[in-house]
Amino acid sequence: MNVIDQGVGKIFTDPDADKVREFFRKKSRKLESKVMSVKEAVTKFVKDGDYLCIGGFGANRIPASVCHEIVRQGRKNMGFAGHTSTHDFQILCAGEVFNRLDIAYIVGLEARGLSPNARRYMESGKVEVSEWTNYSLSVRFKAAAAGVSFYPSRNIMGTDTFKMSGARIIECPFTGTKYAAMPAIYPDVSAIHVHEADIYGNCRARGITVSDFDVARASKRLIITCERLISNEEIRRDPSYTVIPYWCVDAVCEVPFGSYPGNMYGEYFSDEEHLREWLKVEESPEELKKFLQKNIFSCKDHFEYIEKNGGMHKMQMLRQKEHMFIGARA
Amino acid sequence: MADYNVMELMICTAARELEDGASIVVGTGAPNAAAMLAQKTSAPNLVIMFEAGGAVPLIPEMPISVGDSRTTWKALMASGMCEIMETACRGMVDYTFLGGAQIDMYGNLNSTRIGPDHQKPKVRFPGSGGANDLASFCWRMLVMTPQDTKRFAEKVNFITSPGWLQGGNSRAKSGLPLGAGPYKIITNMAVMDFEPESKRMRIIAVNPGYSEKDVQANCGFELLKAKKIVENKPPTKHELQILREQIDPYRYVIGR
Repeated sequence: MNVIDQGVGKIFTDPDADKVREFFRKKSRKLESKVMSVKEAVTKFVKDGDYLCIGGFGANRIPASVCHEIVRQGRKNMGFAGHTSTHDFQILCAGEVFNRLDIAYIVGLEARGLSPNARRYMESGKVEVSEWTNYSLSVRFKAAAAGVSFYPSRNIMGTDTFKMSGARIIECPFTGTKYAAMPAIYPDVSAIHVHEADIYGNCRARGITVSDFDVARASKRLIITCERLISNEEIRRDPSYTVIPYWCVDAVCEVPFGSYPGNMYGEYFSDEEHLREWLKVEESPEELKKFLQKNIFSCKDHFEYIEKNGGMHKMQMLRQKEHMFIGARA
Repeated sequence: MADYNVMELMICTAARELEDGASIVVGTGAPNAAAMLAQKTSAPNLVIMFEAGGAVPLIPEMPISVGDSRTTWKALMASGMCEIMETACRGMVDYTFLGGAQIDMYGNLNSTRIGPDHQKPKVRFPGSGGANDLASFCWRMLVMTPQDTKRFAEKVNFITSPGWLQGGNSRAKSGLPLGAGPYKIITNMAVMDFEPESKRMRIIAVNPGYSEKDVQANCGFELLKAKKIVENKPPTKHELQILREQIDPYRYVIGR
């Protein structure tokens, strides 16, 4: 196909669909329990140098416990998809976990402001970057989920975002229209937080889906954290609720309040006070060090982190906020 | 002294641009306040969507994130990013509000970096997020921003999201969907549109208390002027009451 123009940004993952077919050919289809702790899942499935994707939308339905564990275990030199990433990005920057990055949205926490530490990290020159957009990364996952090597889209053309991306401009063989060809991303490993899963990894999720169902299918290895384990009988009672099938999944970890301090649709709202504290302590690298020691490195697991930040009293208040018994900013 | 502030004025001006029955993808903050105000005043059937997947919620209070559960409160659909962006790409989204650290005379926006070295930027901003996508797909892109000579720059450091690119027919030639592009720029001092041929930014209205001279003095490039420049209407009592009491009671946006 004739390439009209191309960006100078690096493509950090191999979009070759045949190579990934070989990988998936060998992936287990066995219906067996994958229940384990987050610690075990990260030890087994997240390796130094891997390309990582985190599901959810920054501080909404994120697998916070996996992000903490990756930092706690000191993973380094990873690639990362900075797709709608906010608080997850902030955590991974605090651990200087990645050194190459596909950017759609980074360093900000939306209306809450910018993360001083994430900015320092991104301005340090330690991270090699390629520039994309939210939709671009969404279709890169969509292509991977479909088992093809690229997807055509109509954004990005004519801008510097395109120039700093790895996209290529091609012509439609039917109409002659220009399209940006977006190369598929097959992440080595991804983590997604859902509402419910059975022990095999059949998942149910509510609320917005972002790009998670494509990410789940695109990923070579997938860690699921869930608010609740449910029975396989319940899954079979109505399979129309299953959004991720077990054969995509490598680990199932039951982590109630697993998106904390993020929002979980229909369960609990984000802890704005705690997120403000994160942003505040980041102004001083020394304060941040102490904060990370307290909230990540000295914590055994997600429960200990929650205990240190208000425990069940806090969780109940966040549940009330989620259901609008009290306002989000009350 | 008028009994409203600059943010309130910009939000009210922006809200009046949205006609009843139109569709819009919005972010958090001021754009969200403008869409909510429009819905509670002149555009009760405004179709509000969020890029993360929330579609047509009855927004109970201003979201903190475009993916938080306020964006799906009593909504018609909780979908995903492809659903919303592709609805826009198919041509079904009329408006979007975007912003940035810099904007040029063609409405190109920079929300990526300041400084020459892309791999080691002087200042790193979030990047496109969904902005490039929405600027590419939505029929009319609006910008709401305070203006000064730094922000309204002769040349932006980085074109994150497309305006009219290099003006004239450059956007049409780029491959982006035809007919979509920047529509109006709403600032603390004025409202600008784009001259149809050159696609250069043009003053069409000034806000109470400001002159055309002020607007030009606070802009880093030469602005065109419409044949007839009107004075923009200040917020009404009704608009201010809804904005302050129902939409932003904590003065989260209007207190800025």
